Amino acid sequence: MHHTSSAYRWFLRFNYVILTVIALLCLFPIVNILAISFSSSAAVNAGSVTLWPVDFTLSSYRYMLENNQFIHSFGTSLLRVVLGVSVNLLFTILVAYPLSKEAATFRSRTAYAWIFVFTMLFGGGLIPGYLVVKEMGLLDSVWALVLPGAVPIFNVLLMLNFFRGLPKELEEAAWMDGAGHLRTLWSVYLPVSLPSIATVTLFSLVGHWNAWFDGMIYMRSPEHYPLATYLQSILQQVSVQNENVTFEQAALLNEISDRTTQASQIFLSILPILAIYPFLQRYFVHGLVVGSVKG
Amino acid sequence: MHFNPRQFMRNIPLHLMILPALLLIIIFSYIPMAGLVIAFQDFSPISGFRDMTWTGLENFRYLFDLPGFRQVVWNTVIISVLKIIAGLTIPVIAALLLNEVRANGFKRSIQTIIYMPHFFSWVILGGIIVDVLSPSSGIVNMLLKSLGIQPIQFLADNNWFRYVLVITDQWKEFGFGTIIYLAALTSIDQSLYEASIIDGAGRWKQTWHITLPGIRPIMILMLTLSLGNVLNGGFDQVFNLYNPLVYESGDILDTMIYRIGLQEAQYSVSTALGLIKSVVSFVFIGLGYYLAYRFAKYRIF
Repeated sequence: MHHTSSAYRWFLRFNYVILTVIALLCLFPIVNILAISFSSSAAVNAGSVTLWPVDFTLSSYRYMLENNQFIHSFGTSLLRVVLGVSVNLLFTILVAYPLSKEAATFRSRTAYAWIFVFTMLFGGGLIPGYLVVKEMGLLDSVWALVLPGAVPIFNVLLMLNFFRGLPKELEEAAWMDGAGHLRTLWSVYLPVSLPSIATVTLFSLVGHWNAWFDGMIYMRSPEHYPLATYLQSILQQVSVQNENVTFEQAALLNEISDRTTQASQIFLSILPILAIYPFLQRYFVHGLVVGSVKG
Repeated sequence: MHFNPRQFMRNIPLHLMILPALLLIIIFSYIPMAGLVIAFQDFSPISGFRDMTWTGLENFRYLFDLPGFRQVVWNTVIISVLKIIAGLTIPVIAALLLNEVRANGFKRSIQTIIYMPHFFSWVILGGIIVDVLSPSSGIVNMLLKSLGIQPIQFLADNNWFRYVLVITDQWKEFGFGTIIYLAALTSIDQSLYEASIIDGAGRWKQTWHITLPGIRPIMILMLTLSLGNVLNGGFDQVFNLYNPLVYESGDILDTMIYRIGLQEAQYSVSTALGLIKSVVSFVFIGLGYYLAYRFAKYRIF
Protein backbone atom coordinates (compact mmCIF):
# COMPACT_ATOMS: atom_id res chain seq x y z
CA MET A 1 0.00 0.00 0.00
CA HIS A 2 2.99 2.29 0.46
CA HIS A 3 3.93 3.81 -2.79
CA THR A 4 7.28 5.47 -2.50
CA SER A 5 7.86 7.36 -5.69
CA SER A 6 9.80 10.53 -5.07
CA ALA A 7 6.79 12.63 -6.06
CA TYR A 8 4.76 10.91 -3.35
CA ARG A 9 7.49 11.48 -0.79
CA TRP A 10 7.42 15.17 -1.65
CA PHE A 11 3.66 15.14 -1.30
CA LEU A 12 3.96 13.57 2.17
CA ARG A 13 6.35 16.29 3.35
CA PHE A 14 4.07 18.96 1.95
CA ASN A 15 1.11 17.23 3.62
CA TYR A 16 2.74 17.38 7.07
CA VAL A 17 3.46 21.07 6.61
CA ILE A 18 -0.03 21.97 5.44
CA LEU A 19 -1.77 19.98 8.19
CA THR A 20 0.43 21.65 10.78
CA VAL A 21 -0.43 25.07 9.40
CA ILE A 22 -4.16 24.25 9.42
CA ALA A 23 -4.00 23.04 13.02
CA LEU A 24 -2.14 26.18 14.06
CA LEU A 25 -4.83 28.30 12.42
CA CYS A 26 -7.42 26.53 14.57
CA LEU A 27 -5.35 26.94 17.71
CA PHE A 28 -4.06 30.45 17.14
CA PRO A 29 -7.10 32.55 18.11
CA ILE A 30 -7.43 30.72 21.41
CA VAL A 31 -3.77 31.19 22.27
CA ASN A 32 -4.06 34.81 21.16
CA ILE A 33 -6.99 35.41 23.52
CA LEU A 34 -5.11 33.76 26.37
CA ALA A 35 -2.04 35.94 25.72
CA ILE A 36 -4.18 39.10 25.57
CA SER A 37 -5.88 38.26 28.86
CA PHE A 38 -2.51 38.19 30.66
CA SER A 39 -1.12 41.32 29.01
CA SER A 40 -1.33 44.97 29.94
CA SER A 41 -3.85 47.02 28.01
CA ALA A 42 -1.12 49.32 26.70
CA ALA A 43 0.64 46.41 25.04
CA VAL A 44 -2.66 45.07 23.66
CA ASN A 45 -3.69 48.41 22.21
CA ALA A 46 -0.27 48.85 20.65
CA GLY A 47 -0.91 45.55 18.89
CA SER A 48 2.24 43.91 20.22
CA VAL A 49 0.53 40.82 21.70
CA THR A 50 0.29 37.74 19.53
CA LEU A 51 1.12 34.41 21.14
CA TRP A 52 2.82 35.38 24.38
CA PRO A 53 1.72 37.86 27.08
CA VAL A 54 3.48 41.24 27.00
CA ASP A 55 3.93 43.05 30.37
CA PHE A 56 2.47 40.05 32.17
CA THR A 57 -0.31 41.02 34.57
CA LEU A 58 -3.20 39.34 36.35
CA SER A 59 -5.19 42.55 36.69
CA SER A 60 -7.92 41.60 34.24
CA TYR A 61 -8.52 38.39 36.17
CA ARG A 62 -8.42 40.26 39.47
CA TYR A 63 -10.95 42.73 38.13
CA MET A 64 -13.17 39.94 36.90
CA LEU A 65 -13.21 38.13 40.22
CA GLU A 66 -14.46 41.35 41.78
CA ASN A 67 -17.11 41.56 39.10
CA ASN A 68 -20.23 40.22 40.77
CA GLN A 69 -22.14 39.88 37.53
CA PHE A 70 -19.58 37.49 36.10
CA ILE A 71 -19.60 35.28 39.18
CA HIS A 72 -23.37 35.39 39.44
CA SER A 73 -23.78 34.41 35.78
CA PHE A 74 -21.24 31.64 36.19
CA GLY A 75 -23.41 30.31 39.03
CA THR A 76 -26.58 30.57 36.93
CA SER A 77 -24.87 28.61 34.17
CA LEU A 78 -23.77 25.90 36.58
CA LEU A 79 -27.32 25.59 37.94
CA ARG A 80 -28.76 25.46 34.44
CA VAL A 81 -26.27 22.76 33.42
CA VAL A 82 -27.03 20.60 36.45
CA LEU A 83 -30.81 20.91 36.10
CA GLY A 84 -30.83 20.84 32.30
CA VAL A 85 -28.57 17.83 31.90
CA SER A 86 -30.45 15.81 34.57
CA VAL A 87 -33.82 16.58 33.01
CA ASN A 88 -32.52 15.85 29.49
CA LEU A 89 -31.03 12.54 30.57
CA LEU A 90 -34.14 11.44 32.43
CA PHE A 91 -36.43 12.09 29.46
CA THR A 92 -33.96 10.70 26.93
CA ILE A 93 -33.91 7.35 28.69
CA LEU A 94 -37.61 7.26 29.57
CA VAL A 95 -38.63 7.94 25.96
CA ALA A 96 -35.93 5.94 24.19
CA TYR A 97 -36.73 2.69 26.00
CA PRO A 98 -40.39 2.33 24.94
CA LEU A 99 -39.64 3.57 21.44
CA SER A 100 -36.92 0.96 21.03
CA LYS A 101 -39.54 -1.83 21.26
CA GLU A 102 -40.70 -3.59 18.14
CA ALA A 103 -44.02 -2.39 16.73
CA ALA A 104 -45.22 -6.01 17.08
CA THR A 105 -44.95 -5.90 20.87
CA PHE A 106 -45.66 -2.18 21.40
CA ARG A 107 -48.12 -1.07 18.77
CA SER A 108 -48.24 2.64 19.59
CA ARG A 109 -44.50 2.90 19.17
CA THR A 110 -44.50 4.22 15.60
CA ALA A 111 -47.17 6.82 16.27
CA TYR A 112 -45.31 8.07 19.35
CA ALA A 113 -42.03 8.14 17.42
CA TRP A 114 -43.56 10.34 14.71
CA ILE A 115 -45.10 12.70 17.26
CA PHE A 116 -41.62 13.26 18.72
CA VAL A 117 -39.69 13.34 15.44
CA PHE A 118 -42.12 15.80 13.85
CA THR A 119 -40.98 18.47 16.32
CA MET A 120 -37.53 18.20 14.75
CA LEU A 121 -38.91 18.90 11.30
CA PHE A 122 -41.36 21.69 12.02
CA GLY A 123 -41.81 24.25 14.74
CA GLY A 124 -43.84 27.25 15.81
CA GLY A 125 -40.84 29.52 15.66
CA LEU A 126 -39.64 32.37 17.80
CA ILE A 127 -42.70 34.37 18.87
CA PRO A 128 -45.18 31.53 19.54
CA GLY A 129 -42.51 29.73 21.57
CA TYR A 130 -41.75 32.90 23.49
CA LEU A 131 -45.43 33.52 24.21
CA VAL A 132 -45.87 30.02 25.66
CA VAL A 133 -42.92 30.47 28.02
CA LYS A 134 -44.25 33.87 29.00
CA GLU A 135 -47.84 32.67 29.55
CA MET A 136 -46.54 29.89 31.78
CA GLY A 137 -44.92 32.52 33.99
CA LEU A 138 -41.43 31.17 33.39
CA LEU A 139 -39.74 34.46 32.43
CA ASP A 140 -36.74 35.21 34.65
CA SER A 141 -36.75 31.64 35.97
CA VAL A 142 -34.03 29.08 35.32
CA TRP A 143 -36.79 26.68 34.25
CA ALA A 144 -37.30 28.77 31.11
CA LEU A 145 -33.85 27.57 30.11
CA VAL A 146 -34.53 23.94 31.01
CA LEU A 147 -38.13 23.01 30.20
CA PRO A 148 -38.60 24.11 26.55
CA GLY A 149 -35.78 21.79 25.50
CA ALA A 150 -36.41 19.18 28.18
CA VAL A 151 -36.90 16.35 25.69
CA PRO A 152 -33.90 16.31 23.35
CA ILE A 153 -35.37 14.34 20.45
CA PHE A 154 -32.06 13.94 18.78
CA ASN A 155 -30.49 12.32 21.88
CA VAL A 156 -33.59 10.14 22.13
CA LEU A 157 -32.95 8.84 18.59
CA LEU A 158 -29.33 8.14 19.44
CA MET A 159 -30.28 6.25 22.58
CA LEU A 160 -33.13 4.31 20.97
CA ASN A 161 -30.89 3.13 18.15
CA PHE A 162 -28.41 1.95 20.74
CA PHE A 163 -31.10 0.12 22.73
CA ARG A 164 -32.31 -1.53 19.54
CA GLY A 165 -28.83 -2.87 18.88
CA LEU A 166 -28.77 -4.75 22.19
CA PRO A 167 -29.32 -8.50 21.98
CA LYS A 168 -32.94 -9.56 22.47
CA GLU A 169 -31.84 -12.27 24.90
CA LEU A 170 -31.03 -9.63 27.52
CA GLU A 171 -34.62 -8.51 27.73
CA GLU A 172 -36.05 -12.03 27.51
CA ALA A 173 -33.81 -13.22 30.35
CA ALA A 174 -34.96 -10.29 32.50
CA TRP A 175 -38.61 -11.12 31.80
CA MET A 176 -38.00 -14.77 32.74
CA ASP A 177 -36.68 -13.56 36.07
CA GLY A 178 -39.96 -11.72 36.57
CA ALA A 179 -38.61 -8.21 36.02
CA GLY A 180 -41.02 -5.60 34.66
CA HIS A 181 -40.20 -2.82 32.20
CA LEU A 182 -38.80 -0.38 34.76
CA ARG A 183 -36.62 -3.01 36.36
CA THR A 184 -35.39 -4.25 32.95
CA LEU A 185 -34.53 -0.71 31.93
CA TRP A 186 -32.78 0.08 35.19
CA SER A 187 -30.79 -3.07 35.87
CA VAL A 188 -30.35 -4.62 32.44
CA TYR A 189 -30.35 -1.87 29.80
CA LEU A 190 -28.69 1.02 31.63
CA PRO A 191 -25.59 -0.79 32.91
CA VAL A 192 -24.64 -1.83 29.36
CA SER A 193 -25.47 1.58 27.87
CA LEU A 194 -22.92 3.68 29.71
CA PRO A 195 -20.99 4.79 26.59
CA SER A 196 -24.20 6.03 24.96
CA ILE A 197 -25.28 7.71 28.17
CA ALA A 198 -21.91 9.46 28.30
CA THR A 199 -22.41 10.64 24.73
CA VAL A 200 -25.86 12.15 25.26
CA THR A 201 -24.79 13.65 28.60
CA LEU A 202 -21.90 15.44 26.93
CA PHE A 203 -24.14 16.60 24.08
CA SER A 204 -26.57 18.24 26.45
CA LEU A 205 -23.82 19.52 28.75
CA VAL A 206 -22.08 21.42 25.94
CA GLY A 207 -25.45 22.57 24.59
CA HIS A 208 -26.54 24.03 27.93
CA TRP A 209 -23.19 25.61 28.69
CA ASN A 210 -23.02 27.32 25.29
CA ALA A 211 -26.69 28.32 24.96
CA TRP A 212 -27.12 32.09 25.08
CA PHE A 213 -30.16 33.04 22.99
CA ASP A 214 -32.81 31.65 25.35
CA GLY A 215 -31.17 33.53 28.23
CA MET A 216 -31.32 36.72 26.21
CA ILE A 217 -35.04 36.49 25.41
CA TYR A 218 -36.41 34.83 28.56
CA MET A 219 -34.45 36.77 31.18
CA ARG A 220 -35.75 40.29 31.46
CA SER A 221 -32.95 41.64 33.62
CA PRO A 222 -29.24 40.93 33.11
CA GLU A 223 -28.81 39.72 36.69
CA HIS A 224 -30.53 36.47 35.66
CA TYR A 225 -28.35 35.93 32.60
CA PRO A 226 -26.43 32.68 32.32
CA LEU A 227 -22.74 33.13 31.50
CA ALA A 228 -23.02 32.73 27.73
CA THR A 229 -25.75 35.37 27.56
CA TYR A 230 -23.83 37.73 29.82
CA LEU A 231 -20.73 37.34 27.61
CA GLN A 232 -22.83 37.94 24.52
CA SER A 233 -24.13 41.16 26.02
CA ILE A 234 -20.69 42.53 26.93
CA LEU A 235 -19.09 41.48 23.65
CA GLN A 236 -21.83 43.19 21.66
CA GLN A 237 -21.66 46.41 23.63
CA VAL A 238 -18.90 48.87 23.01
CA SER A 239 -18.83 50.09 26.56
CA VAL A 240 -18.95 47.42 29.20
CA GLN A 241 -19.24 49.17 32.48
CA ASN A 242 -22.23 50.27 34.45
CA GLU A 243 -22.03 53.39 36.59
CA ASN A 244 -21.67 51.75 39.98
CA VAL A 245 -17.96 51.13 40.07
CA THR A 246 -16.02 51.64 43.26
CA PHE A 247 -12.87 53.72 43.36
CA GLU A 248 -10.63 50.64 43.42
CA GLN A 249 -12.45 49.16 40.48
CA ALA A 250 -12.07 52.42 38.58
CA ALA A 251 -8.34 52.33 39.24
CA LEU A 252 -8.21 48.77 37.98
CA LEU A 253 -10.19 49.79 34.93
CA ASN A 254 -7.49 52.27 34.03
CA GLU A 255 -5.00 49.47 34.02
CA ILE A 256 -7.02 47.21 31.81
CA SER A 257 -8.74 47.82 28.54
CA ASP A 258 -12.00 46.26 27.49
CA ARG A 259 -10.08 43.88 25.30
CA THR A 260 -8.12 42.36 28.15
CA THR A 261 -11.20 41.94 30.37
CA GLN A 262 -13.14 40.48 27.49
CA ALA A 263 -10.31 38.11 26.72
CA SER A 264 -10.07 36.90 30.30
CA GLN A 265 -13.84 36.33 30.48
CA ILE A 266 -13.82 34.49 27.17
CA PHE A 267 -11.01 32.31 28.41
CA LEU A 268 -12.63 31.50 31.76
CA SER A 269 -15.89 30.63 30.04
CA ILE A 270 -14.27 28.08 27.74
CA LEU A 271 -12.19 26.59 30.55
CA PRO A 272 -14.89 24.07 31.60
CA ILE A 273 -15.22 22.93 27.98
CA LEU A 274 -11.45 22.54 27.71
CA ALA A 275 -11.42 20.57 30.97
CA ILE A 276 -13.84 17.94 29.68
CA TYR A 277 -12.49 18.06 26.13
CA PRO A 278 -10.70 14.67 26.23
CA PHE A 279 -14.05 12.99 27.01
CA LEU A 280 -15.88 15.13 24.53
CA GLN A 281 -13.64 14.12 21.70
CA ARG A 282 -13.99 10.42 22.39
CA TYR A 283 -17.75 10.26 22.86
CA PHE A 284 -18.89 12.80 20.31
CA VAL A 285 -17.38 10.72 17.55
CA HIS A 286 -19.74 7.89 18.57
CA GLY A 287 -22.81 10.03 18.27
CA LEU A 288 -21.90 11.72 15.05
CA VAL A 289 -23.53 9.43 12.53
CA VAL A 290 -26.86 9.96 14.22
CA GLY A 291 -25.81 13.58 14.63
CA SER A 292 -26.15 14.18 10.94
CA VAL A 293 -29.92 13.72 11.28
CA LYS A 294 -30.39 17.13 12.87
CA GLY A 295 -32.31 19.36 10.50
CA MET B 1 -53.85 -6.84 14.36
CA HIS B 2 -56.51 -7.60 16.93
CA PHE B 3 -56.68 -6.37 20.49
CA ASN B 4 -54.57 -8.36 22.89
CA PRO B 5 -55.48 -7.66 26.54
CA ARG B 6 -52.36 -9.28 27.98
CA GLN B 7 -50.08 -7.28 25.76
CA PHE B 8 -52.04 -4.14 26.59
CA MET B 9 -51.59 -4.66 30.34
CA ARG B 10 -47.92 -5.37 29.88
CA ASN B 11 -47.42 -2.20 27.87
CA ILE B 12 -49.07 0.19 30.33
CA PRO B 13 -45.70 1.06 31.95
CA LEU B 14 -44.35 1.93 28.48
CA HIS B 15 -47.13 4.49 27.96
CA LEU B 16 -46.51 5.90 31.43
CA MET B 17 -42.80 6.33 30.69
CA ILE B 18 -43.62 8.38 27.60
CA LEU B 19 -46.40 10.44 29.15
CA PRO B 20 -44.40 13.19 30.95
CA ALA B 21 -42.22 13.82 27.90
CA LEU B 22 -45.30 13.83 25.70
CA LEU B 23 -46.91 16.53 27.84
CA LEU B 24 -43.76 18.63 27.68
CA ILE B 25 -43.49 18.51 23.91
CA ILE B 26 -47.19 19.25 23.57
CA ILE B 27 -46.72 22.36 25.70
CA PHE B 28 -43.43 23.57 24.27
CA SER B 29 -43.58 22.32 20.68
CA TYR B 30 -47.17 21.68 19.61
CA ILE B 31 -48.89 24.61 21.32
CA PRO B 32 -46.41 27.02 19.64
CA MET B 33 -47.32 25.38 16.32
CA ALA B 34 -50.96 26.21 17.03
CA GLY B 35 -49.76 29.68 17.97
CA LEU B 36 -48.77 30.18 14.34
CA VAL B 37 -52.36 31.41 13.80
CA ILE B 38 -51.26 34.83 15.02
CA ALA B 39 -49.57 35.18 11.64
CA PHE B 40 -53.09 35.74 10.28
CA GLN B 41 -54.13 38.13 13.03
CA ASP B 42 -53.26 41.52 14.40
CA PHE B 43 -51.88 40.28 17.68
CA SER B 44 -50.69 42.77 20.22
CA PRO B 45 -48.78 41.81 23.35
CA ILE B 46 -50.89 44.18 25.45
CA SER B 47 -54.40 43.06 24.61
CA GLY B 48 -53.24 39.45 24.43
CA PHE B 49 -55.24 36.59 23.00
CA ARG B 50 -58.60 37.97 24.04
CA ASP B 51 -59.46 40.45 21.33
CA MET B 52 -57.82 39.32 18.19
CA THR B 53 -58.75 40.64 14.80
CA TRP B 54 -58.32 38.40 11.83
CA THR B 55 -56.42 40.14 9.10
CA GLY B 56 -56.08 37.36 6.54
CA LEU B 57 -52.91 37.70 4.56
CA GLU B 58 -52.30 41.32 5.55
CA ASN B 59 -49.07 40.51 7.47
CA PHE B 60 -47.68 38.60 4.51
CA ARG B 61 -48.49 41.47 2.14
CA TYR B 62 -46.79 43.87 4.54
CA LEU B 63 -43.69 41.64 4.56
CA PHE B 64 -43.47 41.32 0.80
CA ASP B 65 -43.71 45.11 0.53
CA LEU B 66 -40.84 45.71 2.97
CA PRO B 67 -37.99 47.25 0.98
CA GLY B 68 -35.33 44.81 2.15
CA PHE B 69 -37.39 41.62 2.06
CA ARG B 70 -36.16 40.14 -1.24
CA GLN B 71 -32.59 40.98 -0.31
CA VAL B 72 -32.92 39.10 3.00
CA VAL B 73 -34.31 36.01 1.28
CA TRP B 74 -31.50 36.15 -1.27
CA ASN B 75 -28.85 36.65 1.45
CA THR B 76 -30.18 33.67 3.35
CA VAL B 77 -30.15 31.37 0.35
CA ILE B 78 -26.75 32.45 -0.97
CA ILE B 79 -25.07 32.24 2.45
CA SER B 80 -26.61 28.82 3.13
CA VAL B 81 -25.68 27.44 -0.28
CA LEU B 82 -22.11 28.71 -0.02
CA LYS B 83 -21.85 27.10 3.41
CA ILE B 84 -23.28 23.80 2.16
CA ILE B 85 -20.80 23.72 -0.74
CA ALA B 86 -17.85 24.56 1.53
CA GLY B 87 -19.07 21.99 4.04
CA LEU B 88 -19.11 19.26 1.40
CA THR B 89 -15.62 19.94 0.01
CA ILE B 90 -13.27 21.23 2.69
CA PRO B 91 -13.86 18.43 5.22
CA VAL B 92 -13.41 15.83 2.45
CA ILE B 93 -10.09 17.33 1.40
CA ALA B 94 -8.94 17.56 5.01
CA ALA B 95 -9.96 13.94 5.62
CA LEU B 96 -8.06 12.79 2.52
CA LEU B 97 -4.93 14.64 3.68
CA LEU B 98 -5.23 13.20 7.19
CA ASN B 99 -5.72 9.75 5.72
CA GLU B 100 -2.29 9.90 4.08
CA VAL B 101 -0.57 10.47 7.42
CA ARG B 102 1.07 7.32 8.73
CA ALA B 103 2.46 8.70 11.99
CA ASN B 104 -0.40 8.05 14.40
CA GLY B 105 0.71 10.47 17.10
CA PHE B 106 0.86 13.34 14.63
CA LYS B 107 -2.50 12.42 13.13
CA ARG B 108 -4.19 12.28 16.53
CA SER B 109 -2.74 15.62 17.63
CA ILE B 110 -4.01 17.30 14.48
CA GLN B 111 -7.47 15.77 14.98
CA THR B 112 -7.60 16.88 18.61
CA ILE B 113 -6.84 20.46 17.59
CA ILE B 114 -9.12 20.76 14.57
CA TYR B 115 -12.16 19.26 16.36
CA MET B 116 -11.91 21.81 19.15
CA PRO B 117 -13.55 24.95 17.65
CA HIS B 118 -16.75 22.92 17.16
CA PHE B 119 -17.31 22.93 20.92
CA PHE B 120 -17.09 26.68 21.37
CA SER B 121 -20.20 28.80 20.96
CA TRP B 122 -20.55 31.56 18.38
CA VAL B 123 -20.62 34.04 21.22
CA ILE B 124 -17.05 33.13 22.11
CA LEU B 125 -15.86 32.69 18.53
CA GLY B 126 -17.65 35.90 17.51
CA GLY B 127 -15.71 37.78 20.18
CA ILE B 128 -12.45 36.22 19.02
CA ILE B 129 -13.16 36.87 15.33
CA VAL B 130 -14.07 40.52 15.92
CA ASP B 131 -10.77 40.85 17.75
CA VAL B 132 -8.68 39.06 15.12
CA LEU B 133 -10.27 40.97 12.20
CA SER B 134 -10.21 44.40 13.83
CA PRO B 135 -9.01 46.98 11.24
CA SER B 136 -6.92 48.87 13.78
CA SER B 137 -5.34 46.22 16.00
CA GLY B 138 -6.40 42.81 14.70
CA ILE B 139 -3.68 40.39 13.72
CA VAL B 140 -4.98 39.82 10.18
CA ASN B 141 -4.89 43.49 9.26
CA MET B 142 -1.48 43.90 10.93
CA LEU B 143 -0.26 41.19 8.62
CA LEU B 144 -1.83 42.86 5.58
CA LYS B 145 -0.30 46.17 6.63
CA SER B 146 3.16 44.64 6.78
CA LEU B 147 2.60 43.46 3.22
CA GLY B 148 1.67 47.00 2.21
CA ILE B 149 -2.07 46.33 1.89
CA GLN B 150 -4.64 48.82 3.21
CA PRO B 151 -6.61 47.56 6.25
CA ILE B 152 -9.85 45.80 5.30
CA GLN B 153 -13.08 46.30 7.26
CA PHE B 154 -13.98 42.61 7.05
CA LEU B 155 -17.04 42.94 9.28
CA ALA B 156 -18.28 46.25 7.91
CA ASP B 157 -17.78 45.77 4.18
CA ASN B 158 -20.57 44.22 2.14
CA ASN B 159 -18.05 42.82 -0.36
CA TRP B 160 -16.40 40.79 2.36
CA PHE B 161 -19.01 39.93 4.96
CA ARG B 162 -20.52 36.81 3.32
CA TYR B 163 -17.08 35.33 2.74
CA VAL B 164 -16.15 36.03 6.34
CA LEU B 165 -19.29 34.08 7.34
CA VAL B 166 -18.49 31.11 5.12
CA ILE B 167 -14.81 30.98 6.02
CA THR B 168 -15.30 31.35 9.77
CA ASP B 169 -18.08 28.76 9.63
CA GLN B 170 -15.67 26.32 8.03
CA TRP B 171 -12.95 27.29 10.48
CA LYS B 172 -15.31 26.21 13.29
CA GLU B 173 -16.79 23.11 11.69
CA PHE B 174 -14.47 21.61 9.04
CA GLY B 175 -12.45 19.59 11.55
CA PHE B 176 -15.54 18.05 13.06
CA GLY B 177 -16.83 17.42 9.55
CA THR B 178 -13.82 15.22 8.79
CA ILE B 179 -14.88 12.65 11.41
CA ILE B 180 -17.59 11.11 9.29
CA TYR B 181 -15.38 10.94 6.19
CA LEU B 182 -12.45 9.46 8.13
CA ALA B 183 -14.82 6.75 9.36
CA ALA B 184 -15.93 6.10 5.78
CA LEU B 185 -12.30 5.96 4.60
CA THR B 186 -11.38 3.22 7.07
CA SER B 187 -14.23 1.08 5.80
CA ILE B 188 -12.92 0.95 2.21
CA ASP B 189 -11.85 -2.55 1.25
CA GLN B 190 -8.04 -2.64 1.54
CA SER B 191 -7.69 -5.41 -1.06
CA LEU B 192 -8.75 -2.89 -3.73
CA TYR B 193 -5.58 -0.91 -3.01
CA GLU B 194 -3.40 -4.01 -3.06
CA ALA B 195 -4.83 -5.03 -6.41
CA SER B 196 -4.27 -1.57 -7.85
CA ILE B 197 -0.62 -1.58 -6.77
CA ILE B 198 -0.11 -4.79 -8.71
CA ASP B 199 -1.68 -3.02 -11.67
CA GLY B 200 0.90 -0.27 -11.19
CA ALA B 201 -1.46 2.47 -10.06
CA GLY B 202 0.12 5.42 -8.24
CA ARG B 203 -1.23 7.07 -5.14
CA TRP B 204 -3.09 9.73 -7.12
CA LYS B 205 -4.81 7.15 -9.31
CA GLN B 206 -5.77 5.15 -6.23
CA THR B 207 -7.34 8.23 -4.68
CA TRP B 208 -9.28 9.02 -7.84
CA HIS B 209 -10.47 5.50 -8.65
CA ILE B 210 -10.81 3.84 -5.24
CA THR B 211 -10.88 6.34 -2.37
CA LEU B 212 -13.27 8.92 -3.79
CA PRO B 213 -15.80 6.40 -5.14
CA GLY B 214 -15.54 4.68 -1.74
CA ILE B 215 -16.76 7.75 0.14
CA ARG B 216 -19.22 8.90 -2.52
CA PRO B 217 -22.29 7.36 -0.80
CA ILE B 218 -21.58 9.24 2.43
CA MET B 219 -21.01 12.47 0.48
CA ILE B 220 -24.38 12.06 -1.22
CA LEU B 221 -25.98 11.39 2.16
CA MET B 222 -24.46 14.55 3.63
CA LEU B 223 -25.64 16.57 0.63
CA THR B 224 -29.23 15.35 0.86
CA LEU B 225 -29.38 15.93 4.61
CA SER B 226 -27.99 19.44 4.26
CA LEU B 227 -30.89 20.40 1.97
CA GLY B 228 -32.94 21.21 5.05
CA ASN B 229 -30.52 24.03 5.84
CA VAL B 230 -31.14 26.18 2.76
CA LEU B 231 -33.05 28.75 4.79
CA ASN B 232 -30.95 28.53 7.93
CA GLY B 233 -27.95 30.71 7.20
CA GLY B 234 -26.76 30.29 10.79
CA PHE B 235 -28.48 32.64 13.23
CA ASP B 236 -25.96 32.34 16.07
CA GLN B 237 -23.04 33.18 13.84
CA VAL B 238 -24.66 36.04 11.92
CA PHE B 239 -26.15 37.60 15.04
CA ASN B 240 -22.79 37.68 16.79
CA LEU B 241 -20.89 39.08 13.81
CA TYR B 242 -23.21 41.44 11.96
CA ASN B 243 -24.07 45.12 12.37
CA PRO B 244 -26.28 47.55 10.44
CA LEU B 245 -23.47 48.33 7.98
CA VAL B 246 -23.64 44.80 6.57
CA TYR B 247 -27.40 44.17 6.69
CA GLU B 248 -27.35 44.53 2.91
CA SER B 249 -25.22 41.40 2.45
CA GLY B 250 -25.59 39.58 5.75
CA ASP B 251 -29.10 40.02 7.13
CA ILE B 252 -30.88 36.64 7.04
CA LEU B 253 -34.43 35.45 7.71
CA ASP B 254 -33.76 34.44 11.31
CA THR B 255 -32.13 37.73 12.28
CA MET B 256 -34.99 39.60 10.60
CA ILE B 257 -37.55 37.46 12.47
CA TYR B 258 -35.79 38.36 15.71
CA ARG B 259 -35.61 42.08 15.04
CA ILE B 260 -39.21 42.42 13.86
CA GLY B 261 -40.51 40.21 16.63
CA LEU B 262 -38.62 41.02 19.79
CA GLN B 263 -37.02 44.38 19.10
CA GLU B 264 -39.94 46.02 17.27
CA ALA B 265 -42.57 43.87 19.06
CA GLN B 266 -44.51 43.23 15.84
CA TYR B 267 -45.45 39.72 16.95
CA SER B 268 -47.78 38.90 14.08
CA VAL B 269 -45.49 40.07 11.28
CA SER B 270 -42.54 38.22 12.79
CA THR B 271 -44.62 35.05 13.13
CA ALA B 272 -45.77 35.35 9.52
CA LEU B 273 -42.15 35.42 8.41
CA GLY B 274 -41.35 32.51 10.74
CA LEU B 275 -44.25 30.56 9.24
CA ILE B 276 -42.95 31.06 5.70
CA LYS B 277 -39.52 29.89 6.79
CA SER B 278 -40.85 26.86 8.69
CA VAL B 279 -43.03 25.70 5.82
CA VAL B 280 -40.36 26.05 3.14
CA SER B 281 -37.74 24.43 5.40
CA PHE B 282 -40.13 21.59 6.15
CA VAL B 283 -40.49 20.88 2.43
CA PHE B 284 -36.72 20.85 1.98
CA ILE B 285 -36.08 18.68 5.05
CA GLY B 286 -38.73 16.25 3.85
CA LEU B 287 -37.21 16.18 0.38
CA GLY B 288 -33.75 15.67 1.89
CA TYR B 289 -34.86 12.72 4.01
CA TYR B 290 -36.75 11.23 1.07
CA LEU B 291 -33.69 11.42 -1.19
CA ALA B 292 -31.45 10.11 1.60
CA TYR B 293 -33.83 7.18 1.97
CA ARG B 294 -33.96 6.56 -1.78
CA PHE B 295 -30.25 6.79 -2.48
CA ALA B 296 -28.56 5.81 0.77
CA LYS B 297 -31.18 3.65 2.52
CA TYR B 298 -31.07 6.16 5.32
CA ARG B 299 -33.76 6.11 8.02
CA ILE B 300 -34.36 8.48 10.91
CA PHE B 301 -35.49 5.82 13.34
